[in-house]
Amino acid sequence: MAKLPVQREGDEIGTDTAQPAIQPPTSRREFLRSATLFTATVAGLGGGLELLTRRPSGAGAAGSSAAPLGRVKRPLGPYDTSEAVTPYAQATTYNNFYEFGLDKSDPAQNAGSLRTRPWTVRIDGEVRKPQTVDIDTLQSWFPLENRVYRMRCVEGWSMVMPWMGFALAALIRRVEPTGKANYVSFTSLHDPAQMPGQRSEVLQWPYTEGLRLDEALHPLTFMALGLDGRALPNQNGAPLRLVVPWKYGFKGIKSIVQITLTSERPATTWALAAPSEYGFYANVNPAVDHPRWSQATERRIGEFSRRQTLPFNGYAEQVAHLYKGLDLRRNF
Amino acid sequence: MKRPSRWNWLVPAVSVGGLLPAAVLAADAVRGLLGANPIRQATHQTGQLALILLLLSLACTPLRRLTHWPWPIRIRRALGLLAFFYAALHLGLYLLDQDLSLSQMAQDILKRPFVTAGFLALLLLLPLALTSTPRSVARLGFARWTRLHRLVYPAVGLATLHYWWGVKKDHTGPLIVVLGLIVLFAVRWLVPDKRKRKT
Repeated sequence: MAKLPVQREGDEIGTDTAQPAIQPPTSRREFLRSATLFTATVAGLGGGLELLTRRPSGAGAAGSSAAPLGRVKRPLGPYDTSEAVTPYAQATTYNNFYEFGLDKSDPAQNAGSLRTRPWTVRIDGEVRKPQTVDIDTLQSWFPLENRVYRMRCVEGWSMVMPWMGFALAALIRRVEPTGKANYVSFTSLHDPAQMPGQRSEVLQWPYTEGLRLDEALHPLTFMALGLDGRALPNQNGAPLRLVVPWKYGFKGIKSIVQITLTSERPATTWALAAPSEYGFYANVNPAVDHPRWSQATERRIGEFSRRQTLPFNGYAEQVAHLYKGLDLRRNF
Repeated sequence: MKRPSRWNWLVPAVSVGGLLPAAVLAADAVRGLLGANPIRQATHQTGQLALILLLLSLACTPLRRLTHWPWPIRIRRALGLLAFFYAALHLGLYLLDQDLSLSQMAQDILKRPFVTAGFLALLLLLPLALTSTPRSVARLGFARWTRLHRLVYPAVGLATLHYWWGVKKDHTGPLIVVLGLIVLFAVRWLVPDKRKRKT
């Protein structure tokens, strides 16, 4: 910066420009004035920047008051990963659930407004037994299973989640699909009073997702009611959510109120929002990059180094046959 | 230096205030307050800080023209250097997020437009940061120095593009930046610089 001549018109703040020749009080006053302005400027600029950009998120505030669903220490089942489970405090405070805000910490802070009882789920479409069922009744239909699954977010991070729930296949078989059922469509609750994020138009509400019927009937595809031995926290999709461990996390629709079997492929929220970035299949695939970042690696939450992302999130052996002959580059 | 200026406190205050978020960020990192994905969160925050400070540095000239206050120009250099500091930190954190893999970074810069834009923005800011001293002005000559420092305009454009392309869905933040830029440049066009009306 060029040295500019000292500008007197900048001195309009003080009235003491014409000082009598008493030095000490003047300099003390000058010092006090400078110190005050210094402090105010530091506080104003620093505080302003902090206000605009800082998002502190401790591990507190997680809805852990839920009653235990009965945690059983048990040997790992055939579908479980033996990898270290992500700490509950992190799994319940780092969430993408735009119905409660866009920041990862928003759902944990805002999802308290969601009322998960009473709650009903409508099951209809191409089924012989369409019905509306209370969530507790639905839960009583199936013995709760534990599933420790990897969860890979399309954004490039991952967790290991100890879900509790039941296989979606069991529910679908119970309502008896007709011969015309080819797809399963899921719908989240749409209630801006309970879900403040729905007051913004950032996505088309309600959130919808879908699976091909054979994907939905795969034994890995899971409906979660609980996490780590407790009822599912609101921010993780209470009272009922979908878990498809070989697909990116956004396929795992939360707070489900309707399940419809259809003959046509249903529209899905993220594919509607950004069709070039998010597809219907959304299978985890390290070879197919997101347009804006690589999917080759991922950050496991809590780890310092990145991991290689595995095809179908490590479930290729179980699910790759579902996609034989399908061009996974085009059907991303 | 003639008599001690009444504005002696100003640049130190801006520097300390501007560095405060970096200190708080470091403290948050140590205390585990950056959430489950701390590197990502720190990357986002430093990027936002860099862009805000860059906008503030660009607001100095319009503000001076509007108000004729002398202080905005005095803090312009500090704001610009702070913006560069946070932009460099932002790049460093991104690199850390890639396990310090320079080849991954190079691939991203070549393949992904939003990374390319951000990297170019920082690259353009580098010569400005290096020639920010009064001595550089003297060495380059004021006219050439001014011309060089016009690189700040493409830099802020690229940085805004980087932000816009980088967000997943909600463009509120980038939109505010764009509006801010429009206001700043509108003032530049509408309020002529009375200090040099030669033509």
